[in-house]
Amino acid sequence: MSTPENQIPEMPSSTKLISTLAVVAMISGLLVVLVYEFTKPIIAENQRLATERAIFKVLPKATSRLTFVVEQDKLTLADDKSAGELVYAGYDANNQLVGIALNAAAQGYQDTIKLLYGYQANSGCITGFDVLKSTETPGFGTKITTDADFLANFKCLDASVNEQQSALVHTITAVRNGTKQNAWEIDAISGSTITSNAIGRMLDKSGQALHPVIAKNLNLLEQAKSTH
Amino acid sequence: MTQATKKETPLTLDVFTAGIWKENPVFVMMLGLCPTLAVTNSVLNSLAMGIASIFVLVCSNALVSALRHFIPKQVRITTYIIIIATFVTLVDYIIQAVSLDLYNKLGAFIQLIVVNCLILGRAEAYASKHSFTKSVVSALGMGLGFTLALVMLGSVRELLGAGQLLGYQVFSTQFEPWVVMILPPGGFIVLGSWLLLINYLEQRKTGQLIAADSASQCAVKAESFS
Repeated sequence: MSTPENQIPEMPSSTKLISTLAVVAMISGLLVVLVYEFTKPIIAENQRLATERAIFKVLPKATSRLTFVVEQDKLTLADDKSAGELVYAGYDANNQLVGIALNAAAQGYQDTIKLLYGYQANSGCITGFDVLKSTETPGFGTKITTDADFLANFKCLDASVNEQQSALVHTITAVRNGTKQNAWEIDAISGSTITSNAIGRMLDKSGQALHPVIAKNLNLLEQAKSTH
Repeated sequence: MTQATKKETPLTLDVFTAGIWKENPVFVMMLGLCPTLAVTNSVLNSLAMGIASIFVLVCSNALVSALRHFIPKQVRITTYIIIIATFVTLVDYIIQAVSLDLYNKLGAFIQLIVVNCLILGRAEAYASKHSFTKSVVSALGMGLGFTLALVMLGSVRELLGAGQLLGYQVFSTQFEPWVVMILPPGGFIVLGSWLLLINYLEQRKTGQLIAADSASQCAVKAESFS
């Protein structure tokens, strides 16, 4: 880059060095704060829209929704900004519960995969999912949203709750491509085993934790809209 | 464009076009190869990365050039990095506000614009020595050249790796995608192929297509990689 061909410049006083850095840092700070404040509501709105879109994608029959937050074994009505595990209940035009959307996340091939999936509490079926965040390898891990055979797993993936309402009847697992035999198994995509396994693990983890809570509070969920 | 500035050499169209072809950051100067190889697996990603880089490059070079008489030599690199980091942070927020999908796709590479040596390199080698207008014009040219190179890589990789261009299916469904093209090795293969083609054309133009010469050129290129 630059060669100091001219004589070595005199060392300026450290006050000058520090004040230069301070001025530049202040200009930088001002710019960042301005843009942060300006984009903050837009980003929040984008995130809300993304969640909204995902909820109605996994619950296609829903026309409206309510948000609940999980507190130990209870579900309480909340808004989207509440901290904690959120449960989205979808309702049709007659205020009937048509499904529940839940968050799930697990480590994939490159980074955490986050998705929202639809759950039918009465039949115990997981009926579809929408990827919220994924940096999986294009052409391999990204097939989870396009591979028709893989998506066929989610016509009705068995995630029903046992009689004690403590856990799932069967552990959801991803199995090697073409060896699926039971409704609670996910037929993995050949060549995308790690991503497929991650889907299996995250659905099982979320199912084991949340489906029992939903089973215990199903009445509340079903009536929440008509009484609300 | 051709308006002359005092004292310095006049601002000519060359200042602008140098970055696009003659001194193309990727194909000639071999700068900023990390994002070049990492995000060019589709045209859209390449374009978004290019535009983000243009923004950071132009803004940071403008500010560096405007402050060039105030920044003591001893703290110049620190100052440049602060300025560059500021604009990268801005781009980060702006992309999140424009499209979350795009933000999720580009992932960590937006933040990594900070360490793109193209931007620091231009700040140190050009903007700190030239007038505001010239720095901005040159940065714009360099940025466009960078974007052009990214899109050239991205289009080949998306076409062969997914059979698509900008998400539209180009080849029939019978085409089996060369998945390697959208994986990291594909970046190296396509970059190497473009360099081969461009250097070949360049040499043929100057009439120096001699085996020994090209071998020594390759050695120089290999050195600049390390």
